[in-house]
Amino acid sequence: MTIADAALAAPTEGRARPASRSRALGRLVPALGLGLFLTFQMLPIYWITRMSFMTPRTIMSRSDFLPVAPTLDNYRVILGDPTWYMSYVNSLTYVLINMAISLAVSLPAAYAFSRYRFLGDKHVFFWLFTNRMAPAAVFLLPFFQLYSAVGLFDTPWAVALAHTLFVVPLAVWILEGFMSGVPREIDETAYIDGYSMPRFFLTVFLPLIRSGIGVTAFFCFMFSWIELLLARTLTSVDARPIVVTMTRTASASGLDWGLLAAAGVLTILPGVAVIWFVRNYIAKGFALGRV
Amino acid sequence: MLKIEDNRAWFLILPVFLLVAFNAVIPLMTVVNYSLQDIFGPGQRAFIGVEWFRETLRDPAIHAAFLRQILFSGLVLAIEIPLGVAIALTLPRGGWKASAAIVLVAIPLLIPFNVVGMIWQVYARPEIGFLGQVVNALGIPFNYTGDPLSAWVTILMMDAWHWTPLVILLAYAGLCSIPEPYYQAARIDGASRWAVFRYIELPKLNGVLTIAFLLRFMDSFMIYTEPYVVTGGGPGSSTTFLSIRLVNMAVGQFDLGPAAAFSLVYFLVILLFSYVFYTILQRAGRA
Repeated sequence: MTIADAALAAPTEGRARPASRSRALGRLVPALGLGLFLTFQMLPIYWITRMSFMTPRTIMSRSDFLPVAPTLDNYRVILGDPTWYMSYVNSLTYVLINMAISLAVSLPAAYAFSRYRFLGDKHVFFWLFTNRMAPAAVFLLPFFQLYSAVGLFDTPWAVALAHTLFVVPLAVWILEGFMSGVPREIDETAYIDGYSMPRFFLTVFLPLIRSGIGVTAFFCFMFSWIELLLARTLTSVDARPIVVTMTRTASASGLDWGLLAAAGVLTILPGVAVIWFVRNYIAKGFALGRV
Repeated sequence: MLKIEDNRAWFLILPVFLLVAFNAVIPLMTVVNYSLQDIFGPGQRAFIGVEWFRETLRDPAIHAAFLRQILFSGLVLAIEIPLGVAIALTLPRGGWKASAAIVLVAIPLLIPFNVVGMIWQVYARPEIGFLGQVVNALGIPFNYTGDPLSAWVTILMMDAWHWTPLVILLAYAGLCSIPEPYYQAARIDGASRWAVFRYIELPKLNGVLTIAFLLRFMDSFMIYTEPYVVTGGGPGSSTTFLSIRLVNMAVGQFDLGPAAAFSLVYFLVILLFSYVFYTILQRAGRA
């Protein structure tokens, strides 16, 4: 709790107390706290990156801070073997399908919740959110049966649809917040100007909330990309995602830590790219939402 | 915002409604079905009423997992919410520094669960992991495969590492939405930093913190993959949380009936807790 106390006690620029010593301290302490936290965040990632450049033998025998006898072999194996690199393609496929479906169904729903009162609106909103509270472990077997019965087992569609269960409630909530930040007068003016509802929605309204769509897409990507249980249950060979390929490797031939580390590092990269795209939007508009 | 009363809005939520109904209601009915039947094999089943529920509610292993789960979620919330708010306060507002800090802070959020588990499994190992080595070098015995306390510390650190960024992002968004005149007024009144936090920032954060609190509660209460990869539920059963217990029952032992009954109770408990927290946090926000 020292970081918290220090941050709270510290006046920031412009709001500082007169004494210049306490002002300097007030700038130093938050910076120090942030630095410490970022170090805590980055060290494990550094450690796995370091391992990804090492062979299993050096990993198990040496604990130097820098990579020992660095090599690119692990990455060569992954990028040269279709069972590895196609897994990344499979994962990205269902994540993107999930994003598309989730946004397509959440956008109109969020608009309805933000603009209209209708029969059972509060109940439906709450019911949507209860799906976020169902442990994935509960649905493993029923999902397997359901998606086998409709012939989608071992396709990206099965995973994408299953993931909408916990992605959509959050998407509706975030979008509703951003939409409520747009004054209704804009809708009304557009309707008076003769816009039809779909045309207004697509050409006027969506551009207005594009930062909200970006943030929502970020969360869709995140929760679908990191999930393992459902992805493992709903695929076998053809649509096997990278997270599953990694666990299968682990159980088959003992643990090749170097290879696993390299595969792990490669799962981090798409996420970094996605954060980079939404970095400037993420701070905007969240606070507008209803809670 | 003033809303128009119009039941045609149902057409707009119909896609979401159908999708979620397909995904949630059909599997849920399957679970309810299993929970009331004893299944011997294909086509051989008998209706047994609430027997599985009775068994679940009396199972001491589930009781232990439940208490463990409450302790875990409590600690997660007690660590991550204050830490997340504190770090959000230290982030720069605007400029390239803010962008860089946000990207760095958010990276752990996008790492798949099993990779997070793998990272910490190695990172905390006493022989080859940085954390395990440093802690042991300080003279503190630390070995998560043998010592339950070490296992708990490892899993809590891992969870804080993975999910505090979510609290930070939400709190930061809330802080950025506070208009500058609020701060100017506080400065004119000579308010202390603490007063600014307590009477300006904290009330404005109520909304985002409610969501952060609920999301962290739900997800920590359902946690499975990360601790499973690191400790497999051990040493002993010291880190066997509810989902780990449930998957062991359903997939490991193939006890479908008891697992289904357990699932439903589990789901209802999360629902109940979430509702209570939501109500309390809403009241606190209004007061």
